[in-house]
Amino acid sequence: MATRAKKVKKKIVNYPQEQYLDWYACMLRVRKFEERALMMYSKQKIRGFLHVYIGQEAVCAGIKSAKRIEDPLITAYRQHGIALALGATSDACMAELFGKSTGINKGKGGSMHFFSKELRYFGGNGIVGAQIPIGAGIALAEQYKKTDNVSITMFGDGAARQGALHETFNMAMTWKLPVVFVCENNGYAMGTSVERTSNVDELYKLGWSYEMPSEPVDGMNPMAVHEAMHKALAHARSGKGPYLLEIKTYRYRGHSVSDPAKYRSKKELEAYKAKDPIHLLESIILQEKIASNEQISTIQKSIHQEIDDAVAFAEASPLPDPAELFTDNYLQDNYPFIKD
Amino acid sequence: MITLREAIGEAMTEEMRRDERVFLMGEEVAEYNGAYKVSRGMLEEFGPRRVIDTPIAELGFAGIGVGAAMNGLRPIVEFMTWNFAVLAFDQIVNNAAKTLSQSAGDYSCPIVFRGPSGAAGQLAQQHSQTFESWMANVPGLKVISCIDPYDTKGLMKSAIRDDDPICFMESEMMYGYKGDVPEEEYTVPIGKAAVRQSGSDVTIVSYNKMMIVAQKAVEDLEKQGISAELIDLRTIRPLDHETIVTSVKKTNRLVVVDESWPFAGVSAEIAYEIQKYAFDYLDAPVTRVNAQDTSLPYAAPFVDAYLPTPEKVIKAVKEVMYR
Ligand SMILES: Cc1ncc(C[n+]2csc(CCOP(=O)(O)OP(=O)(O)O)c2C)c(N)n1
Ligand SMILES: [Mg+2]
Repeated sequence: MATRAKKVKKKIVNYPQEQYLDWYACMLRVRKFEERALMMYSKQKIRGFLHVYIGQEAVCAGIKSAKRIEDPLITAYRQHGIALALGATSDACMAELFGKSTGINKGKGGSMHFFSKELRYFGGNGIVGAQIPIGAGIALAEQYKKTDNVSITMFGDGAARQGALHETFNMAMTWKLPVVFVCENNGYAMGTSVERTSNVDELYKLGWSYEMPSEPVDGMNPMAVHEAMHKALAHARSGKGPYLLEIKTYRYRGHSVSDPAKYRSKKELEAYKAKDPIHLLESIILQEKIASNEQISTIQKSIHQEIDDAVAFAEASPLPDPAELFTDNYLQDNYPFIKD
Repeated sequence: MITLREAIGEAMTEEMRRDERVFLMGEEVAEYNGAYKVSRGMLEEFGPRRVIDTPIAELGFAGIGVGAAMNGLRPIVEFMTWNFAVLAFDQIVNNAAKTLSQSAGDYSCPIVFRGPSGAAGQLAQQHSQTFESWMANVPGLKVISCIDPYDTKGLMKSAIRDDDPICFMESEMMYGYKGDVPEEEYTVPIGKAAVRQSGSDVTIVSYNKMMIVAQKAVEDLEKQGISAELIDLRTIRPLDHETIVTSVKKTNRLVVVDESWPFAGVSAEIAYEIQKYAFDYLDAPVTRVNAQDTSLPYAAPFVDAYLPTPEKVIKAVKEVMYR
């Protein structure tokens, strides 16, 4: 037991203080943003689908810290967390959820579709699994342009069952594309557990048929995610081709706001909540004296303020002009739309 | 004189020489020189980095094309035929067409999806479909469909240079069709129809290989003293509304010859446009000659019964002329 604790401690001091505080702030921002978004949904300020990431925050935090700014990233519709981690502002994201013209995509994307060219964020895709080949295509372009950037291509356990995954794994390995595939296995695709859709419930094994280096990762710990990502990115960056990480995580809430998540037990949920990544990191930071209680509460306060401000910003922002319906359909000027 | 297949091959080759970002991918495009030999010699010239053989995985490679296009390249994705592109509709419809809107202008998708559309003999139900109407229904896409080698080469070059996603419909049966193509560089604008023959009694609008059917009908009609104006749409979306309306205002009669199914198809769209913008000029209801509203079975008699023919076109013209 003592030796084990020592080991953990050794790992912890591997990173500078700011890294721990960055992970903490990142995860807390995502958590607080989404808790507030749920509240705003119940007030009907936000409509449509709202899939929250609560419980999975260690994944976006660990990926963000391991990647280079230039590494492109694409994921599915459960994407507020990753966009915020990459640097999208709470203001722009909240305004997008509110459907305001100041949103990250001028209110055109909504909860499932944040994009940012500046952040090299290729967005949230609403078609399950569709982003898997697209992510490989993003990698192909990097290889083609002879950069050493790596495409980070994220998808859920449900998406892992799409045929496109196999087509893509095959081509990505054949062509040694610089891509890290990240399967966020949160145990469920809507109401269907991983075990119910396949006899292969350890999803990292899906890489084996293609001889893709593949491994499972503890997704409730940002340090574990960071380390696995760091290794996988280095592999892909060195020209050795794709890497698959199955990041085992859990969503505390239902699939979307309309899902009461009756298909799983309270016990299962509580077991995951007991290893909550934010609490875990906070206790490590305090125990190991990486930062003081005061520093932690300063971060908490500033994030609460940031989210309050984001809601105020979203509230105060104007709705998009209905004429915008006809913009961003074509790059061509004066495209002749059929209007009557 | 060069063939349609050579015209497409030349267009792709010239654009790949001109722009390093352009590349070709698809089943059999490289080593095999293309299932219909459209990409003959391209692997030799550009190597496997830019002429890429894919597995039989339409959804996967279409998606890879979309991702590459979003990230600064200009892919040409060949489908062996559009029938197989159905597997990739998710990527074409849900991604290529929507990326610009979803990202509010951050990401465009300059890609050309190309391959033959339409029936090609007795290939039976699954290999005989026409997809112009399907794709033209989707905002965000542009749809080109033509067989004239001059037009096709010029339009293919425009398509590759265009910043929006394009579905380019060719014709399996017409790859050997010949036409004059000049040595020098030229392009043909997207969104412009061509008046192939001017006439005064009736307007016939068509596109792709149905132009051959319509042309034959026009010749026969001429012998019978009927002067038809023949328009080749070339681009389906955006539709060149003006050329059609101007012609109908002159001839007062319209027959649309369209290989796609009638329901909510290209012909339906044109009929709508005409009743809306040339209603007072019409001397007869707009008439159309489509493929039958059925699947196309294998046996020979079905093919003639199914497709538009010169005889059916002549009959339709006589109908609108009350002859
Ligand atoms: C092609 C397609 N089929 C079905 C759906 C409906 N759908 C939306 S999310 C989802 C479950 C996906 O689960 P998973 O990939 O595990 O992601 P998670 O929601 O757990 O993040 C389904 C079936 C869809 N959006 N796209
Ligand atoms: Mg899941």
